[in-house]
Amino acid sequence: MSAANFNNTNASALPWFERLDRIDRRWIFLLMFLAVSGPILWIGVTGKTLPEAPTLAARAVFQEIDQLPARSLVLISIDFDPTSAGELQPMATSLVRQCAAKNLRMVFIALWPLGSQVAQQTIQEVIRDDYPALKEGDDFVNMGFQAGNEAVMKLLLTDFAKAFPKDSRGEAASNIPILNSVKSVTDFPLLISVSAGYPGSKEWVQYVISAHNEKMNFVSGCTGVNAPQLYPYFPQQIAGLLGAIKGAAEYESMVNSSLAVEGVVTPPKYSQAQRRMGPQLVAHLFMVGLIIVGNINFFARKRRGAA
Amino acid sequence: MKRIIPMWIAIIGGFAMMLSSFVPLAESAGEVFADIFNVVAAIAFVLGAGSLAKQHLEKLSRREAGWGYSVVTLGSFIVTLFIGMFKIGVHPNPNFPQAAYSGSNDAEGSAWSWIYEYMLTPLTSTMFALLAFFVASAAFRAFRAKNTEAILLLVTAFIMLLGRTFAGVVLTGWFPEWASGLRLENFSIYIMQVFNTAGNRAIMIGIALGVAATGLRILFGIDRSWLGGGEA
Repeated sequence: MSAANFNNTNASALPWFERLDRIDRRWIFLLMFLAVSGPILWIGVTGKTLPEAPTLAARAVFQEIDQLPARSLVLISIDFDPTSAGELQPMATSLVRQCAAKNLRMVFIALWPLGSQVAQQTIQEVIRDDYPALKEGDDFVNMGFQAGNEAVMKLLLTDFAKAFPKDSRGEAASNIPILNSVKSVTDFPLLISVSAGYPGSKEWVQYVISAHNEKMNFVSGCTGVNAPQLYPYFPQQIAGLLGAIKGAAEYESMVNSSLAVEGVVTPPKYSQAQRRMGPQLVAHLFMVGLIIVGNINFFARKRRGAA
Repeated sequence: MKRIIPMWIAIIGGFAMMLSSFVPLAESAGEVFADIFNVVAAIAFVLGAGSLAKQHLEKLSRREAGWGYSVVTLGSFIVTLFIGMFKIGVHPNPNFPQAAYSGSNDAEGSAWSWIYEYMLTPLTSTMFALLAFFVASAAFRAFRAKNTEAILLLVTAFIMLLGRTFAGVVLTGWFPEWASGLRLENFSIYIMQVFNTAGNRAIMIGIALGVAATGLRILFGIDRSWLGGGEA
C-alpha cells in the first residue's frame, strides 16, 4: 500500500483532496477492522457494556411475555439462518430465556431450512444448560423445518399437526403432550417470530395475524434491514418489535435486570447484544467520520473546479 | 398441453385458496391445495439441487472462468448431501434403538451438526460481516451532499447512525425535558415511526394493488408469462 496504490505515480505532487480521493480502500478496511476489533477486545477483557434505555417497542415485547400466565403456550418461529445470527441469535436466546424463566411452554418451528438447527442450538444453550428441569415434549419441543413458506402458515391455521407432523426427534405430533391442546396456530396466545426476511414476520402478519389478532398476540425480532418494513405494523398487528442489535440489546438488558440475582454475574451468553453495542458505536462513529471527510474532500474539489 | 394443464392447475388452485379465506364451505378445498403446495415445495428442493449440479457441471466441462469455485461448490454439495442422507454420526432415536436411521441430523454429535456449527455458521457470518467494510468504503466515496435530496439523506443517516448507539445519549442526553423529542435516540425512533412508516405504507399499498392485479391476471389466464417459453 505505497505509491503503487495511486493511479498517478507522482502522487505527492497532487493537492491533498486529490490524494485523499485516491486513497487505497484497504486503508479504510484496516481502520474499520480496528474500529470493530478494539471495542470487542476491550469489552472482552473488562466485561463492561454500555447502558441501554429500552424503547416502547422493546418494552412491549418484554411485557407481552411477562403478562402470560405460567404454562401458557408460546409458538416460536425461527425464521433465520447463521448468516443473520450476529443480529438475531441474541434476541432468540433472550426470548427463550424469558419464556423458560416464566415457565411457559415453548413450541419451536422453522420456515427457513437451517432454522431447525438454530432452534436446536438455542434449546441447548438456554433450556438444556440452564433450565434442565424442563422436559422435551412436555415443556418444549422443536418441530423442525417445513418447506412451503406462506402455505405452511395457511395450513397452520387449520391443522397444526398436518403442517408439522413430527418433531425433530421423529416423534409424531399426536404423541407429544405439549401439543395435546393444539389444533391450529390460534391456540397459541403468543406467537414470536425471529426473522431475517422472507418468509418471516411480514408474512406472519399478512397470512395469520391480520385475520386472527383478536385470538393471539404477535411479537417480532428482526434485522436492521427488515425493521423499516415492520414498523408500519407496530403496535396494531405486531404488539412488540425488536429492531436489529439495538433492539436486542434493549430487550436483553430488561431480561437480565428482571432475572438478576444479587452476587451472581450474568453469563456472557446472555449479554451478547449489549456487548455488540460497543463495536457498533465505534463503527458508526467511524462511518460518520468517513462521510464528513468524504464531503470535505468533495467540496474542496468542487471549489477548485475538479469535481 | 404443456401450457394448458399448468395454467388450469394454477386457476383452480388459486381460486380455491382465495375462496377458502372468504367462504367457510371452501375451507377444506383450500386445505387440500395447501397440502399439495407443501409437497410441490418439497419437490422444488430436488429440482433446485438438480439445477445447481447441472449449472456447475456445465461450467466445469467448459472450463469457464472460476471453474475452481464450481469444484468447491459441487464437492461441498455432495459431501453434505451424503452426510445428511446417510445420517453419518447420528445415534438412533432412544424410542427406536433397533432402527439405525431413526435419529435426527439435528442431534448434537452428528456430522451434519458439526458441519453446521464449525463450517456453515462461521462461513456465512464472515460473508455477512464483510458488508461492514464495503459499506464503510462506499460511504466515504459515494455519500456526497450533491443536492437537497442527498443532504436530507445525509442528515437522516447521521441521526440514525448516532441515535441507534450510545453516542446519541452522550451528545444530546443533556437536552431539557421539553426538548426530549430532539434527543437523537428519540428522534431516530420518530423518523422510523413517522416518516419511514408513512413511506413504507405507501409502498406496501402500491405493491399490494400490483400483486392483486397480477394475481387476477394469472387467475383469469390473461397473464401466462409465468409458464415460461417466451410467449406471454
